[in-house]
Amino acid sequence: MQLFLPIADIPVNMFLILAMGMAVGFVSGMFGIGGGFLLTPLLIFVGVSPAVAVASVSSHIAASSFSGALAYWRRRAIDPALALVLLSGGVLGTAFGVWLFTLLRSLGQLDLIIALSYVVLLSTVGGLMFWEGLNAIRRARRGETITMRRTGAHGWIHGLPLKMRFKRSKIYLSVIPLVATGLMIGFIGAVMGIGGAFLLIPILIYVMRVPTSTVIGTAMALTLVTMVLATILHAVTNHLVDAVLALILMVGGVIGAQFGARAGQRIRGEHLRLLLGLLILSVGIRFAVELIIKPDDVYTIRQIGDGV
Amino acid sequence: MKRQVSIAIMAALAFGASLAAGNAQAERLIVSVSNHRVTVTPNYVGEELVLFGSVERDEKTPSNMPNYDLVVTIKGPGADMVTRRKERKFGIWVNVDSRQFLKVPAYLAVFANRPIEEIASADTQRRLQLGLKNIILTQRVGTDYADVVSTDLFRSAFVRLRMEHSLYREATNAVTFLTPTLFRTGIPLPAEVPIGSYDVEIELIANGVLVTKAETAFEIVKVGFEQFVATNAQQNGLVYGLVTAMMALITGWLASVIFRRD
Repeated sequence: MQLFLPIADIPVNMFLILAMGMAVGFVSGMFGIGGGFLLTPLLIFVGVSPAVAVASVSSHIAASSFSGALAYWRRRAIDPALALVLLSGGVLGTAFGVWLFTLLRSLGQLDLIIALSYVVLLSTVGGLMFWEGLNAIRRARRGETITMRRTGAHGWIHGLPLKMRFKRSKIYLSVIPLVATGLMIGFIGAVMGIGGAFLLIPILIYVMRVPTSTVIGTAMALTLVTMVLATILHAVTNHLVDAVLALILMVGGVIGAQFGARAGQRIRGEHLRLLLGLLILSVGIRFAVELIIKPDDVYTIRQIGDGV
Repeated sequence: MKRQVSIAIMAALAFGASLAAGNAQAERLIVSVSNHRVTVTPNYVGEELVLFGSVERDEKTPSNMPNYDLVVTIKGPGADMVTRRKERKFGIWVNVDSRQFLKVPAYLAVFANRPIEEIASADTQRRLQLGLKNIILTQRVGTDYADVVSTDLFRSAFVRLRMEHSLYREATNAVTFLTPTLFRTGIPLPAEVPIGSYDVEIELIANGVLVTKAETAFEIVKVGFEQFVATNAQQNGLVYGLVTAMMALITGWLASVIFRRD
């Protein structure tokens, strides 16, 4: 069924968008991530302008992280204190990200920056994950047991002042790196249209030593608030949030996530990481190819006003 | 000599006619479009309007009827646009240069019964703005506002890109004469047709000079839910954002209720 998207200003096939939402939802349910880094590129590839894609996907991520966060809240797997500290940085980072987004858009370099950020971030993270997953599988084949390196646990991060006790996570940690992490995730999320869970979770686990029992739920709480905020700010400043597009994506996403979560339980952790790394890496490469090959047309047009 | 005089007289006549179109002393154009108000619904896939009209002649019109030529120009609502050019920098393609086009029609179509070069001289074409090449598209060049030559790279890229989206078009075989005085032409409107008022200008030309012209208009309005969404996104950004965020939360909550397993 053809449907005209009011803000993206293009006709699309409703079932294609629904299917995309479901596919990304499946992946996000499987890996426990928001899936923004997959959905935003997919929308760009079907013809939605990068700016509209980024702004609309933030509301989609808000929906999927809310249903996730509710489940984690019931299981008491969210650390409210930790979430609040992360949020104080996240809110600021999101506001700064939307501001930069608006500025870059008026300079005509937004699409380039979005593409470049995807290349750099996804290739790095995807490559590392893939490598790590590969090593884990090799070690498992050789029958070695992996011992988590605990020696570096009290590195420089743990020597910083302004320490706080986070009861539910049972950690004692300075708020400085937490606020900084929130700031960075909020900023990246607003500019790139991603929740940032695939960055946040590794940072919290490996650098901050947050226990795995609370890390996913807390990350989801942060994602939820920053993405709700990003949706509202993008709507106010740039008028680019396509509610019709977002609704179709959300519905597809939450359905797909249910099946993804079931599939994810049947795959072993290191295989999951290997797959996710491969997926992230391939999206990054896809963006790089787009930038390097000569475009079909070196000229582009964008409407900037009503001419009145 | 005699020929020159007769051309001069005809030009004078034509000038008079264009000033007092509808005056009894010359041809009169009567035109109408098939629909003056086009409504665009969410599943709109484009349509074609029909413009038809006739050249009215009375006793005072010279009895030897010339071969009439018609140029129909349709201009959609004005818009400010920016055209950007990419260049390879450090191995990647980057926007390096841009030009602003101010108050240019978002939709522009020119239809004629034969190639415009055959209808009028280059000078007349420019003066009457006949054809995509001659219609003024104002650019901002530094602090100046001006149109540039039609071969300008940015201008031709702009027109070409608009044509690729079927928003600009030129067809010099689109106007057909059903009888020597009765004519029609189709006005194709693509799916992503801009909303607003459209001006239609019809120029009647004979032997390379303007005989008379007529104007009509139609309006394109979007109706239904999607227009409601678009208007609110523009005008009530904050409410729109809050509603969208609420929608996201409700969807997420519903999902967690429906699919709850614990």
